[in-house]
Amino acid sequence: MEYHTPGSFDDAAAIASNAEGVTRFLAGGTDVLVQLRADMVTPDVLIDIKHIAGVKDIAREEGGWRIGAAVAGAEMTEHPELGKDWPGVVEAMDLIGSTQIQGRATLVGNLCNGSPAADSVPALMAAGAEVSVVGPSGTRKLPVEAIPAAPGKTNLKKGEVISAVHLPARGGNAGDAYLRFIPRTEMDIAVVGCGVSLRLDGAKITEARVSLGAVAPTVLLVEAAAKAIIGTTLDEAALEALAAAASAACNPIDDKRGTIAFRTHVAGVLAQRAAKIAYQRAGGAK
Amino acid sequence: MSMIHVTTTVNGDEVEFLCDPRETLLDVLRDRLSLTGAKEGCGTGDCGACSVTVDDRLVCSCLMLGAEAEGKSIGTIEGMADGEELHPLQEKFIEYAALQCGVCTPGILVATEALLKKNPDPTETEVRYWLAGNLCRCTGYDKIIRAVLDTAADLRKAS
Repeated sequence: MEYHTPGSFDDAAAIASNAEGVTRFLAGGTDVLVQLRADMVTPDVLIDIKHIAGVKDIAREEGGWRIGAAVAGAEMTEHPELGKDWPGVVEAMDLIGSTQIQGRATLVGNLCNGSPAADSVPALMAAGAEVSVVGPSGTRKLPVEAIPAAPGKTNLKKGEVISAVHLPARGGNAGDAYLRFIPRTEMDIAVVGCGVSLRLDGAKITEARVSLGAVAPTVLLVEAAAKAIIGTTLDEAALEALAAAASAACNPIDDKRGTIAFRTHVAGVLAQRAAKIAYQRAGGAK
Repeated sequence: MSMIHVTTTVNGDEVEFLCDPRETLLDVLRDRLSLTGAKEGCGTGDCGACSVTVDDRLVCSCLMLGAEAEGKSIGTIEGMADGEELHPLQEKFIEYAALQCGVCTPGILVATEALLKKNPDPTETEVRYWLAGNLCRCTGYDKIIRAVLDTAADLRKAS
């Protein structure tokens, strides 16, 4: 296995483009090292991006935030300002793994691992986050929902690497939330996850995004669920319509963590609960 | 296979080693630096027996490559006692019999020291959540939690 420590993302992309065999980028390593040691994925070329300037920075950007590709979950949780703008995103990341995992695991790693049950991804999709993709033909920004392709697969091409996550300006009268169902209190993989972000004008919802995890081959952005609450005051009828839309979007598997029927039902319940929290955070009285 | 030359700091001492790129920090600590306090329980980041600090951040050394240690400051259980004098946490773990087989103990001590540095007055719930990634199959955790809370109280009185 070759181990590279490039000094820029352009160099990282160039190494990956020219690499032969299995190539992996290394940031926190909490998935890459597990797969390496389990002989699931044995990289021929490993590209450690942590020597690149700015990868550990959480910085203000156009009223929003830029989170470098190697920022660990614990660093997001400890940040004094980030969680005030995007509490749902920070809480979702914080749900992943133990204290030790939080010391290393990253948002970009969680996204690129491609798990449908990734906790931070529904929160990022709900937030309208984008990522910077650096590749052989330059850098482009893509919405988070453009990245997952299938379980364990992304739409990134050979030689492409994500350098940062961009959270938009939060603006006023807005809030987000992420909830997941697990049968334990800690250290488990989501059976269902749901992220909601919304904005209010008075008591009325003017913007909303709803995302579901672990109920389909990829994390889903559910436009029908957002439409069900936009223009409402999140009254009982809106909550019912939200749950119905969320459940209708589900295409889950039966496995040891949950049945199809259970996941489909819980998706509706979590959507309602997350929407209520986001609504309160946006300043609405509920 | 070309070996990687790494210069790092372990428990305050500068250390150099050569390692294969696939070797974990845990492999390096145990097999190249003869620091066998950190244990391999699961090797997949679930059990916490290999816990160390890297630049004061608690991590699983089984989920980090030795090559990644370049320029870092590593803290292991071997750096906890001051010569023959045990750290208050170590004293208290003995007093409370907060260990049986002892395999998880180095990781739990390192994790707990990191907690008390960050939060000198944790609640029981905070201690339990902080240590959720440190598995112990012997004690049932209760003695560990009580030993940690009592040490924290002693250290607050002493400071």
